[in-house]
Amino acid sequence: MHPAVSVIFFTVTSGAGFGFLAMIGLGVPMPESGPGAFLACLVAGGLAVMGLISSTFHLGHPERAWRAISQWRSSWLSREGVCAIITLVLFGFYALFWVFFGERIAPLGILVAIGAAATVFTTSMIYAQLKTVPVWNTWMTPACYLAFSLTSGILFAGAFGHWQSFAGLSVPLLGLVALGCAWLMKLLWWQNGGRATLEAMGSDTGTATGLGFLGTVRLLEKPHSGQNYLTKEMVHRIGRKHAAKLRIISLVLGAALPLALCLLAMFATGAASQFLLVLAVFGLIAGLFAERWLFFAEARHAVSLYY
Amino acid sequence: MGVHDRDLDRSPHVSDEIRKTTCYMCACRCGINVHIRKGEDGQPKVRYIEGNRDHPVNRGVLCAKGSAGIMQHYSPARLMKPMKRVGPRGKGEFQEIEWEEALSLATEWLGEIRSTDPRKLAFFTGRDQSQSMTGWWAQQFGTPNFAAHGGFCSVNMAAGGIYTFGGAFWEFGSPDWSKSELFMIFGVAEDHDSNPIKLGLAEMKRRGKKIVGVNPVRTGYNAIADEWVGITPGTDGLFILSLIHELLKMGKVDLDYLLRYTNAPWLVIDNPGGADHGLIARDKDGNILVADRKTMKAKKASDKKVKPALKGECKFARGKVARPVFELLANKYLSDEFSPENVTERTGVPADQIRRLANEIAEAAFEKEIVIEQPWTDVKGEKHDKMIGRPVSFHAMRGISAHSNGFQTCRALHLLQILVGSIDCPGGFRFKPPYPRPVHAQPKPHGGSVANTPLAGPPLGMPRGPEDLLFQEDGVTPQRIDRAYSWDAPLSAHGMMHMVISNAHARDPYPVDVLFMYMANMSWNSSMNSRGVMQMLEARDEDGEYVIPKIIYADAYNSEMVAYADLVLPDTTYLERHDCISLLDRPICEPDVMADSIRWPVVDPATQADGRDVRGFQSVLLDLGARLGLPGMTNEDGSAKYADYADYMANHERKPGVGPLAGWRGNGDSHGRGAPNPRQIDAYIENGGFFEAHIPENARYFKHANQHWQDWAVEMGLQDGPVENVFNLYSEAMRKFQLCAEGKAEPQPPESHRQRIIDAFDPLPVWYPTFEGTQISEEEYPYNALTQRPAAMYHSWGSQNAWLRQIHGSNPMYVPSNICDAEGLEDGDWALVSSYHGEIRVQVKRMKAVNANTMWTWNAIGKRSGAWNLDPDAPEAKKGFLLNHLINELLPPKGDGMRWSNSDPVTGQAAWFDLKVKIRKAPDQEGPTAPQFESQKKSRTAPVNVEYGKEWTK
Amino acid sequence: MTSLPTETTGKKLGLVIDLDTCVGCHACVVNCKEWNTGGYGAPLGDEDAYGADPVGSWLNRIHTFEVTPDNAPAQIVHFPKSCLHCEDAPCVTVCPTGASYKRGEDGIVLVDESMCIGCGLCAWACPYGAREMDPVENIMKKCTLCVDRIYNENIPEVDRVPACVRTCPAQARHFGDLGDPESDVSKLVAERGGMDLMPEQGTRPVNKYLPPRPKTHSNTPLSKQAAPADKASGGFLGWLDSALEKL
Ligand SMILES: Nc1nc2c(c(=O)[nH]1)N[C@H]1C(S)=C(S)[C@@H](COP(=O)(O)OP(=O)(O)OC[C@H]3O[C@@H](n4cnc5c(=O)[nH]c(N)nc54)[C@H](O)[C@@H]3O)O[C@H]1N2
Ligand SMILES: Nc1nc2c(c(=O)[nH]1)N[C@H]1C(S)=C(S)[C@@H](COP(=O)(O)OP(=O)(O)OC[C@H]3O[C@@H](n4cnc5c(=O)[nH]c(N)nc54)[C@H](O)[C@@H]3O)O[C@H]1N2
Ligand code: SF4
Ligand code: SF4
Ligand code: SF4
Ligand code: SF4
Ligand code: SF4
Ligand SMILES: [Mo]
Repeated sequence: MHPAVSVIFFTVTSGAGFGFLAMIGLGVPMPESGPGAFLACLVAGGLAVMGLISSTFHLGHPERAWRAISQWRSSWLSREGVCAIITLVLFGFYALFWVFFGERIAPLGILVAIGAAATVFTTSMIYAQLKTVPVWNTWMTPACYLAFSLTSGILFAGAFGHWQSFAGLSVPLLGLVALGCAWLMKLLWWQNGGRATLEAMGSDTGTATGLGFLGTVRLLEKPHSGQNYLTKEMVHRIGRKHAAKLRIISLVLGAALPLALCLLAMFATGAASQFLLVLAVFGLIAGLFAERWLFFAEARHAVSLYY
Repeated sequence: MGVHDRDLDRSPHVSDEIRKTTCYMCACRCGINVHIRKGEDGQPKVRYIEGNRDHPVNRGVLCAKGSAGIMQHYSPARLMKPMKRVGPRGKGEFQEIEWEEALSLATEWLGEIRSTDPRKLAFFTGRDQSQSMTGWWAQQFGTPNFAAHGGFCSVNMAAGGIYTFGGAFWEFGSPDWSKSELFMIFGVAEDHDSNPIKLGLAEMKRRGKKIVGVNPVRTGYNAIADEWVGITPGTDGLFILSLIHELLKMGKVDLDYLLRYTNAPWLVIDNPGGADHGLIARDKDGNILVADRKTMKAKKASDKKVKPALKGECKFARGKVARPVFELLANKYLSDEFSPENVTERTGVPADQIRRLANEIAEAAFEKEIVIEQPWTDVKGEKHDKMIGRPVSFHAMRGISAHSNGFQTCRALHLLQILVGSIDCPGGFRFKPPYPRPVHAQPKPHGGSVANTPLAGPPLGMPRGPEDLLFQEDGVTPQRIDRAYSWDAPLSAHGMMHMVISNAHARDPYPVDVLFMYMANMSWNSSMNSRGVMQMLEARDEDGEYVIPKIIYADAYNSEMVAYADLVLPDTTYLERHDCISLLDRPICEPDVMADSIRWPVVDPATQADGRDVRGFQSVLLDLGARLGLPGMTNEDGSAKYADYADYMANHERKPGVGPLAGWRGNGDSHGRGAPNPRQIDAYIENGGFFEAHIPENARYFKHANQHWQDWAVEMGLQDGPVENVFNLYSEAMRKFQLCAEGKAEPQPPESHRQRIIDAFDPLPVWYPTFEGTQISEEEYPYNALTQRPAAMYHSWGSQNAWLRQIHGSNPMYVPSNICDAEGLEDGDWALVSSYHGEIRVQVKRMKAVNANTMWTWNAIGKRSGAWNLDPDAPEAKKGFLLNHLINELLPPKGDGMRWSNSDPVTGQAAWFDLKVKIRKAPDQEGPTAPQFESQKKSRTAPVNVEYGKEWTK
Repeated sequence: MTSLPTETTGKKLGLVIDLDTCVGCHACVVNCKEWNTGGYGAPLGDEDAYGADPVGSWLNRIHTFEVTPDNAPAQIVHFPKSCLHCEDAPCVTVCPTGASYKRGEDGIVLVDESMCIGCGLCAWACPYGAREMDPVENIMKKCTLCVDRIYNENIPEVDRVPACVRTCPAQARHFGDLGDPESDVSKLVAERGGMDLMPEQGTRPVNKYLPPRPKTHSNTPLSKQAAPADKASGGFLGWLDSALEKL
């Protein structure tokens, strides 16, 4: 699939944003109120909204984006829109009370957290539902999305929060565990990806054309000598070397670096720990950009059987 | 029902009006319904073009090109006004001028020539559909130097057929699709009968009948063929003669048919060394002789009581002997030389396949005989109570004809058809009117050329024998600039357009003053050696003057050729002008109908773009004719005889009662013959743009010998009296050329040409290896390289089409996988392909379904950068390529330094497909394709995006 | 709305494409473009139409495949592809706006362009590559089964078939009700073993493809050899005598 910048940016930032929202909603220790709270809300909400806005750049007609929430009964994309809006509205109220009255309404926070998780889940289901892209078409896709969202949220919360521990666990430790789980999930996903091919689903150029019964089928001539929407969008081919390189980059920046920083942060205190977590966030987000680029670029769509 | 769907306008408005005319996105000439709807600016605009269901050619269907007519008509490459060259030739720098200036200039240039030496005008037209008019114009002007594209196209096919049986494949006949049991198609990718062939194949498929495709490449028609013969290029003749060998061996020939309709029983004089050796035996009154089967005594062939022999020796007085044609033929082809085993290596066709196919042909012809209960009378007066058919049919086109052995190969195929009795019988090959029309019913070529005087007859025609060649006073130097009708190519019935520019450049046989061309992209895809031709057009002499002094060119678009013109006459598009697809020209008939058609301005050019000031070329030509005072185009008082082409179409008479259009003559109630009818064109328009007359049932088959056909053809003005048509298994005309070459008759060819004439003019079809193949080292250039017509492109002119260019915007070289493996080539690699003449750089695509020694590409996709007003970096220029850069118009020098034209020695047909090449991986794997040329200047800028039809969605 | 219709008439309009006859001429492709660029869902835009990278939207395209059997020479199959108007159309259910829908009346899958936001998700959901985003209009385009022709009272009744069907010179395209087992198209499918593309995707396409018929190969043996004339009666010329006798 074509790795569109807007969609990569959207899934990474909105994932992080909603993760952060969820952490806030769950009541992780944060500045009491005032500018600190405002900044946290701004970053959390901002990431989520920015992601959503950037996703509209992917639309041919962003001015009609409002229509996208109408089909929540059948469409994951629609559901995502609905969840995102509800979550953001709830979060708005939550933030209002927090910033201005220093009041963090816990039940509302729980709803925000649930909403944020639902939003990330619906986002992931947009991809996971697609039978046409076997690597995506697995429960592991939402698992990865949720895990990365949660991890980003924890690190963000750690970077912002005035807190050393949450539910008795030190935040760097939490981050360490979350990072470990998320990347483990992703490794599993990658491993699965190697197996979840079109061929494994029983599709090949032979079934795509129905001509398999005759012999080996191979494309001789494309329908048009140049490109078309489908070849640009769905028939993206990347070099194996290139992909391997990007995997390493994503693992180094997104896993190794934040893991190391979290480890260090466990032994640091106060501002130093917080600074290390800020660095870890940057590393993770950078790694996720590479991860997400691969998520799209490496995904083979059934249409590629025709090209 | 409880079904709730959204509101939808089920019957939206389609168009304001439908205007029916004829397509010209290619030469097939289908009928089209042009839907006209008001555009944003209130002017009529083309909404949709569909096939006309009533039309005899396409019966409602429309091909990709036809459907893309909108984009051609509104192409940004359209020329808008006459132009005068201001920069050097080839750059495309022009100044727009008024028509009056353009016409005065042309009149001045041409007038001077006509009053001094008319042959200094070389007038050549390309994809012309008005040759009866343009040829007539040349004749009135007085220059023999006229031809259209036939010489480089498929004259082998036309001449091979007409010299053999008075018809031809090309567009002059077609298989009996609804009755054939077996159909073999040789060397066809697309052909002129584009839609009819597809409709026909569909019919064969529907009926479940077998189609055999003989072609080195298995795409298109060959892809759907039930059996594929992946022949090695240039060897079809051998394959066909081997089929004949097998048929003869099995005795599967239709002797009755041969006796009735062919010269099989005619006696051939057997007098080795004599001046009459190989001529047909005649009595002193000139009657052709046959031998009586019992007595072996000579008898007049016309004597109905004689039962002629097909073998044996007939002795005449004075010891002369003669043998029937059939015996010579049988002996020749039964020879081991033609056994399947002996041809398999050269042809690449397994011997068993040849044998099986021969059996299948025999089975279809003789065991699936078709009988139509239709009484008819033959020309000898014999009544037949039914029509009996041999339902095996064949079709062939440039794959066999565009070779230097193509004429004889075409003859071989016709020989095969005739031997099994399948010409113009039910289920076989069928003539389309006005055919059959054998050589003696066609004009001879006319030369001459006297100041201010028309030629005595049309410049092009069919020579009966050596006596009709066109030489200057010395008896050897050709009269024509293209050297047609000379010893170079005696039967060059369509002229040799591919030699005009190089001969004019070499001033051989003489210099010309004006090169006047129409609708031919000669500086690019229609020339061999395109770069060389560009240089010739740019070449200057010692005085700095262009070697070809003046070039006038009429085109509708900014093609590569436009850049080389000194004066450009902008034509209309096909939807803006009158045209006449006449029976005097290339017919649009189908086997059961005689038909002709018109184009008419379904939109007025003035409404089709700002400042559009273009004129239909034929009208311009008539105007020029009148300005030059040409007979036939000028009234006694010197005024123009025809207001425009439409006026000519209705009022011109070629002979009394016969004019360009056959329908609605006289008062509108006589067809074929009749006085001119001023309302004729309206009648055509009312009828959907065409006229058709159905051939009477009893005249539909055996037209070569059918009295009903003869009567009807005379009535319809197709011929003026009975025309005898005996199929020439043995061609006496060809033998006459051989006798000249043997030194036994006059005129005699120069020494250099003798052996070649002797070899090529065998009166019985022969096969010899193609010339390029024999003149270069097969070790160095082991592979063949071909082009094919893409169904969705017409030569060069589809590239300006926003829709079609997306389908074919560039072309790879399709290379057999075995060659790829040998040369280490993968899909997408850049490779260098070279011939003895040049080298090109191309991208490779592997392919298996192709002859193992043959690579190929789509024809005419490559464009010169900037041409057709495309972006200079368009894929057509940077990834597309022409094979033409590898093909030379001349063969490599022989030992004696002589360079022959790369053509068939009989007809002069350009041998495009003889090309031999080698291939290797390019050392550097970057584009673009090579060669590249400096960008040609655009005549206008093109819009970026197209959203055709948007205005109608509101 | 964007769910699949719950109530239908049972009518399933669609195309049957004969791969044994398609010569790959692109006639259907261009005629489709030509009809539709001025009709329902118009225009079909072309970006950089005369430039270095022209890309347009088309509703129908022809691919060319090379098929290599185990023991016979490779063959070519030209392969037209447009929307298959699937019964379980995933492109419809993924659509967030309700722009994509399947008609209950005849099963045609359409895009209501005024509602489409150009998110592209439906194209992702379609396994067949039957939907294309218009590069100029930025709206999803797909085969409409010529819904503005097949019922259109402004055109003659014979012409109320899809543009691609009417134009196909090889008559490789057939249109009809595949929900009616007695229709011509259903019979053709039954007779010729019409097949689904990628049935494993579970989309249940309405359009069917007729497979190429078996070919004769260069090594197919001769079923029956006609007797040689020369053996029968003293050489070919001997045969000639007896054959002429019989005339
Ligand atoms: N390698 C290779 N080369 C070949 C061949 C091959 O098989 N292989 N085939 C050869 C054959 S058979 C042929 S016939 C030639 C064809 O080659 P050409 O005869 O050159 O044909 P086109 O490229 O179509 O160009 C004809 C010109 O007509 C112009 N034109 C189009 N419409 C109109 C109109 O309405 N009015 C006017 N006045 N002009 C118009 C176009 O702009 C174009 O410049 O190519 C030959 N070249
Ligand atoms: N769409 C479209 N239609 C056209 C044209 C066009 O440009 N586009 N051009 C028109 C013109 S001017 C012409 S002349 C006709 C030509 O119509 P075709 O005769 O169909 O011309 P080509 O495409 O040159 O096809 C030649 C075929 O012969 C095969 N071939 C080459 N060498 C050999 C051989 O030695 N033996 C055999 N058996 N096959 C061989 C090639 O593989 C190819 O399939 O088409 C006309 N129709
Ligand atoms: S074959 Fe196509 S381009 Fe040629 S005349 Fe017919 S419709 Fe037009
Ligand atoms: S028009 Fe017919 S033959 Fe041509 S590509 Fe389309 S389906 Fe095939
Ligand atoms: S072919 Fe694709 S676009 Fe058409 S209905 Fe099926 S899934 Fe949808
Ligand atoms: S692109 Fe349009 S039709 Fe397709 S899913 Fe998005 S909104 Fe629906
Ligand atoms: S049915 Fe209509 S819209 Fe669909 S492919 Fe055919 S012509 Fe195009
Ligand atoms: Mo041609």
